[in-house]
Amino acid sequence: MICVNRDELLKVITALDFFAIDLQLYLNTHPTDREAIQKYNTVVKRTNELREQFHKSFGMLTPNTTSDYPWQWIEDPWPWERNFNFELAGECNVDL
Amino acid sequence: MWIYDKKLEYPIKISRPDPKMASVIITQYGGPDGEMAASLRYLSQRFSMITPQAKATLLDIGTEELAHLEMVGAMVQQLTKNATIEEIEKGGFAPYYVDHGKGVYAASASGVPFTAAYFQSKGDPRTDLFENLAAEQKARSTYEYLLNLADDPDVIQPLKFLREREIVHFQRFGEALRYVQEYLENKKRFSYNKTRS
Repeated sequence: MICVNRDELLKVITALDFFAIDLQLYLNTHPTDREAIQKYNTVVKRTNELREQFHKSFGMLTPNTTSDYPWQWIEDPWPWERNFNFELAGECNVDL
Repeated sequence: MWIYDKKLEYPIKISRPDPKMASVIITQYGGPDGEMAASLRYLSQRFSMITPQAKATLLDIGTEELAHLEMVGAMVQQLTKNATIEEIEKGGFAPYYVDHGKGVYAASASGVPFTAAYFQSKGDPRTDLFENLAAEQKARSTYEYLLNLADDPDVIQPLKFLREREIVHFQRFGEALRYVQEYLENKKRFSYNKTRS
């Protein structure tokens, strides 16, 4: 998978995070589904790699990650602002 | 505790201002079946919940509702940000506008400010989970009414996403309720045997 620009990378991270959220809710009430746990672990590992890639190129996605100078956390835009968000249509598909 | 993720659960990217739509979507921010009530309901109920499965379900769904609250707020913000005074007047947004400008305020579509009276935390695990099943259905209906009023794909897509989540949450609460029922049944059986012997 080649996701070079910010929006494509953010889209894949968003998709994988949602995958993890949904699996987490499922696993809370199906804690012995071995296959789902395996899937969850795969998704989380992949997301963490992509988050690291995002962090290196585009700054802080979450607190408790390092910052360049000046302090990167305050960088515009913010998630509720239109220009923060990516278009749903695009080339880069989620691939584990 | 919580740690913020600097992104939305699902993107909100609305190009066309539509104060009329904003004036009804606000109800999923601070209305009777909105995301604020949902989140505070589940996160409050978890303190007296029983069984690991049901506790985790309340915590994680309550947390996801916070992400939905943020999405709804973003929708209201983007629908009004570039609206002209004429559009605000024509869209019926003027009553909200004189009270809150283009700020996002927790109120229902009919202008009633948010109140904790929208939800219960009854301290009875079964009672609370039954309330949550109803709450998810009411929120689903609300999203369907909003979808009936929406015509912009940028608005329809996230509303559909949010509607689907209500269905998943309903399913999970049903499963959590079964764990709680089973636990309480077993407890009753054991304490009954104890008094008999």
